[in-house]
Amino acid sequence: MSREPLLTVKDLAVRFPIREGLVRERTVAEVRAVDGVSFEVAKGEILGLVGESGCGKSTVARAITRVVKPNAGTIDFDGQNLATAEGRELHELRRRVQMIFQDPYASLNPRMTVGAILREPADIYNVGTSAERTGRVAELLELVGLDPRFAERYPHEFSGGQRQRIGVARALALNPDLVVADEPVSALDVSVQAQILNLLAELRQRLGLAYLFIAHDLSVVRHISDRTAVMYLGKIVEVAPSAELNSSPVHPYSIALLSAVPIPDPAIEKKRKRIILKGDVPSPSNPPSGCAFQTRCWLKEKLGNPERCNTESPQLVQVSTGHQVACHFPDKV
Amino acid sequence: MVGLFCIVLFASAAILAPLIAPYDPYAMNGSSLDAPSLTHLFGTDLLGRDILSRVLYGAQISLFVGVGAVAIALVIGGALGAIAGGFGGRVDGVIMRTTDVFLSIPSILLAIGIVTALGRGMPQLTLAIAVSYAPTFARLLRGSLLALREADYVVAARTIGASRLRILVRHMLPNALTPLIVQATLVLATAIIDIAGLGFLGLGPTDPRTPEWGTMLVDARRFMQAAPHIVIFIGGAIVISAIGFNLLGDGLRESLDPKLKR
Repeated sequence: MSREPLLTVKDLAVRFPIREGLVRERTVAEVRAVDGVSFEVAKGEILGLVGESGCGKSTVARAITRVVKPNAGTIDFDGQNLATAEGRELHELRRRVQMIFQDPYASLNPRMTVGAILREPADIYNVGTSAERTGRVAELLELVGLDPRFAERYPHEFSGGQRQRIGVARALALNPDLVVADEPVSALDVSVQAQILNLLAELRQRLGLAYLFIAHDLSVVRHISDRTAVMYLGKIVEVAPSAELNSSPVHPYSIALLSAVPIPDPAIEKKRKRIILKGDVPSPSNPPSGCAFQTRCWLKEKLGNPERCNTESPQLVQVSTGHQVACHFPDKV
Repeated sequence: MVGLFCIVLFASAAILAPLIAPYDPYAMNGSSLDAPSLTHLFGTDLLGRDILSRVLYGAQISLFVGVGAVAIALVIGGALGAIAGGFGGRVDGVIMRTTDVFLSIPSILLAIGIVTALGRGMPQLTLAIAVSYAPTFARLLRGSLLALREADYVVAARTIGASRLRILVRHMLPNALTPLIVQATLVLATAIIDIAGLGFLGLGPTDPRTPEWGTMLVDARRFMQAAPHIVIFIGGAIVISAIGFNLLGDGLRESLDPKLKR
């Protein structure tokens, strides 16, 4: 696989203000949904992004697809800064970055036929003649394993898995380079999840796509992605090649997460030790000082609550090739 | 079903009035204040005019003014609501504060004010009722549009580069119209009562002979003791048509709302 970066995100921050006041609105606080996130996606690569709900995964997706405008940081996409692009430049960049949504029931307009939904991107960008666009709809449906005759039907006539295929087809309509998949299988039945995952993997091979694959299910990410990034409270705490993250995680949060994945072997399952995190994720409007994870960190407790965890926010540091961790004590695990 | 029956009854009475009315509603055909009989099914009024014929023609007036008023209100309110909900920001603030002002005045009072200002007459009456209901529609549409703004398929439309106008027209409006249509039927019921109410207050059609339900009710009120049938038949007509539209609105809400269907 080529290592040429397609997307380089640096110090990305998205904050949502909390406003108060009846007549004159004042900003009283802000939710730091994404708080200084940096990562790269190479051409043709699948980067998995995992984390609990509320950790900012989806906001990262929304910033990259420019549904929300980032407050700080750069999103370098093939030489252009997506974070600040506006007008025509943004319009042209949008073509190349497409999105797949979590809920296949909410992501398709119930009043449009499948054909109209899949045709719309071409209509907006004036691609080809009318006949070519109709042909493209059939092509897209075939690409995602659906009958081209489905174009005349409405979304409610399809099952969840079929709808998600339509969502995938829409994302592919403009031949993007990067597809941001925001939990594309978590709303589906387990049996259908595998089908969609295989479809996504197959499409990557055929079309040379890169994915930013967001999920909260580690086993799903493990199955599909080349590298995996773990997010906690608006920050990335660990990035590593997927196999390495699975076999030897370093960050105490990743270790706890992986220990929660069930193993389909009762003998091993019985013996292994689970780490159960105490308490809840702190509010992103009032994050803890120092390390974001310090309030729930079992390693911090084991090490006798070192002062550094309370005062200093750890930066991502390299522990081995392609394996970065944001923890002050990566060698103490 | 009952609602639909009432509406069919009301609408066919209004449309077929010239065909099925047994007498000319303006002509004197019998003696004064006759009780219901086979010749005059609903009896006659003070001037000996046939009540049944007048009630039928009255339905026509109520239907035309009511439907006209609701249609105008729907267009004005819908446009304002679409602008407010679709674009947001300062425009939204200005439009919504204005509708707040209108909504804080009782609709019948507002209608009285408008008829007083513009003078009496059918077009003025229609306009008065339209203006007093437009804010309701504006608010309703804005509300549904705001809820849709964060819907996945609207976000999806943005990621495929759709313009604001395209998103509003193709993705948001078609999905926001259902509550508006339901509300329109419900408002029609209130509008019919308002028309009669304005007529009752002497702000109805300029010609006092016009068979408008409210105007007729005022005349009949004086003889409530001697000839109660007049009040009962006219009142009954108002009640049936209003209940009809209310029930129809409820029925539409149930059959059109996808949330209730699932």
